[in-house]
Amino acid sequence: MKADPKGVLTGSHFIDGDHACAEGALAAGCRFAAGYPITPSTEVVERLASRFPTVGGIFIQMEDELASSIAILGAVWGGAKAATVTSGPGFSLMMEHIGLAVMTETPCVIVNVQRGGPSTGLPTLPGQADMMQARWGSHGDYEIIALSPDSPQECFDLTISAFNLSERFRVPVFVMMDECVGHMIERVVIPDPDEIEIVPRRLTDVPRGGEYLPYRLDGDLIPPMTHAGMGHYPHITGLTHDERGYPAMNAETQDTLVRRLCDKILKNADDIIEIREDGVDGADIVVVSYGITSRVCLPAIREARAKGLKVGWLRLVTVWPFPDRLIRELAGRVKALVVPELNLGQVYYEVERCAQGQATTHLVPHAGGAVHDPEDILRVIEEAAR
Amino acid sequence: MSTQAPPAPTCEVHNPTEQWLRMDRIPHIWCPGCGIGSSVNCFTDALEKSKIPRDNVSIVSGIGCTGRTAGYLKLDSFHTTHGRPIAFATGLKLANPKLKVVVYSGDGDLFAIGGNHFIHAARRNMDMTVICVNNMTYGMTGGQVTPTTPLTAKATTSPYGNFEEPFNLPYLAESCGAVYVARWTSFHVRQLSKSIREALLKPGFTFIEVVAPCPTLYARRNRLGAGIDAMKYYREQSEIKNGAPTRDVALGFQSKIICGKFVDTSRPTWLEAQVQQHRAVLGDKFTLAENWEGVGEPRED
Amino acid sequence: MSQVEKAKPKIRGEVIVDRERCKGCYFCVEFCPTDVLAMSEDFNLKGYHFPEIIAADRCTGCGLCGAYCPDFAIFGHRI
Repeated sequence: MKADPKGVLTGSHFIDGDHACAEGALAAGCRFAAGYPITPSTEVVERLASRFPTVGGIFIQMEDELASSIAILGAVWGGAKAATVTSGPGFSLMMEHIGLAVMTETPCVIVNVQRGGPSTGLPTLPGQADMMQARWGSHGDYEIIALSPDSPQECFDLTISAFNLSERFRVPVFVMMDECVGHMIERVVIPDPDEIEIVPRRLTDVPRGGEYLPYRLDGDLIPPMTHAGMGHYPHITGLTHDERGYPAMNAETQDTLVRRLCDKILKNADDIIEIREDGVDGADIVVVSYGITSRVCLPAIREARAKGLKVGWLRLVTVWPFPDRLIRELAGRVKALVVPELNLGQVYYEVERCAQGQATTHLVPHAGGAVHDPEDILRVIEEAAR
Repeated sequence: MSTQAPPAPTCEVHNPTEQWLRMDRIPHIWCPGCGIGSSVNCFTDALEKSKIPRDNVSIVSGIGCTGRTAGYLKLDSFHTTHGRPIAFATGLKLANPKLKVVVYSGDGDLFAIGGNHFIHAARRNMDMTVICVNNMTYGMTGGQVTPTTPLTAKATTSPYGNFEEPFNLPYLAESCGAVYVARWTSFHVRQLSKSIREALLKPGFTFIEVVAPCPTLYARRNRLGAGIDAMKYYREQSEIKNGAPTRDVALGFQSKIICGKFVDTSRPTWLEAQVQQHRAVLGDKFTLAENWEGVGEPRED
Repeated sequence: MSQVEKAKPKIRGEVIVDRERCKGCYFCVEFCPTDVLAMSEDFNLKGYHFPEIIAADRCTGCGLCGAYCPDFAIFGHRI
């Protein structure tokens, strides 16, 4: 279906990534947001708080991030599309409800405008050190979707994608921004509503009062949903549950449930994963990057190419699920993979794992607080070329 | 003793609670003499008498023994995380104000790990009914001290007697802004049912404390006998004082229990205040949310 | 000796017990206002004593037994 025109601010805007993210949520049909102030993400909820009352949306500033991250789940079961927005320390607090959303298959969007950590760290400065937390932060086995925008335009576009993916797969989806893209001001083009594709919630067609089993599959690995008030009386629990939604705490049910929760993402990974590339075919060395770092590495790649090196640029728009097959195949064709990131090695180790020794892998670490000096990336490219 | 179960009685009439239960999940997990089940009878009786359509009622629980309540009720039922049912209920209510949202959970869930959400939902006058079964212990995890364990009472994590001042729940609720506050024990089944019905029908943040026995952990560790002994204590040591100042209703170890409806007042709910404020400032630009028809219109109560 | 004969309650009731659901808490026996029930010396399959009806004619159908029963194992109703 197409976007509801009410939420779409069609036109060309000169705004930062945080504001663009808020507009993406509005365009995607998000009509409920709960949040707690935290730098550098606060502008997103400020914009939603200002815009929502004019489009029939509800914003509530909750008492903390734990509350925000579960209020959105309540809103989803009440029928809304919902999101919360935070940064590092708040993201840590939200982990419990990311698990609940995964377990109860509650579609929602969680935006993390990353800053430097650990702990309070660098509230006003960038980092990319929450990538593994996004993947593994909540306890238990699960698969997740995380997108990484590198510009305000993508903060808009990928927030819409995040909502669509969350509805399609009934999974929380992360928009993993960082302080740089969050506060970077650039042109953002918001298209006409009829050019914006929206995935509606897939609701059960069981009539009111009919026998509805909340986790009975219907053709694929993603069961159709219901909302409170639809007369289906679902029981929704974070406990291991059977297709009736009833707690069933035994190894067999656990195996069935957890495998399905993972499979619905893994078996659709090719559909989910989005990448961008430039000059990868025929390259000897490929720089694998995401978020702001994929822009910072461009001068280094230009410089290396000017020096005669065959260097490709591969950008992970989707970081989770990780493009295992793509990296494995790439590693079979190139000499080296270079991974710059604003942490001391997170996605790098995924690249190393997938390369399986076919190509050498090189980390360009940075503890955060600034972006890389392109010279540092160039130096590692040149080392890798030797 | 025969090994064959006699058939369940088959007759035309049924236990009136059963129509509200997920009978395929009964028997429940609660211990013999636990008071939670009695409170459930009162809740379903109140629901019945409130005439609120079943499809419009959602029940949200946290974690713990009382947290299992949602799972036994044939309603839209949500078993959330420890301490957070009120925050979940807030989102649920705001997304669909036509729902009557009930939070049903225990003292540890609502007032230790969930205390922050309780005080803020009460402050906001968020439209929901919160029923706290207060058994003064963490039953599910084995009898640890809670924020309502009376002074000197023993618990597995206060083996020499509790020395932390407990919360006086009605006082806390009133101080934070709840518009309806009552306390009963699981002995006061008729009064409790009536209170729950009143709370369900009242807009705003309504709170009912139900003092109930935990014979397996609290009572046994404190040598207070079985559930029935707690019930006899409630019968003998309770005093009904409607309108009593909540500051005077604190509970001590095996002390007198002041019961009654303490607070019944009115002020705008979060939803009403939100609509009124935005409408006043934004005028024609204000757009009422989907499902919010009627919210913010004048009401009589 | 001038005993006023108590009038029998006008509304008669019936109490129904599902003994296998009972966990033997005694609530119904203790709080029945007309002492219709007593605890059986028998056990159910789970090993709990359960209530038995010792004076059916005294039941008024007030329903208190059901309101107290934490295990949904007993209820009274008017007939």
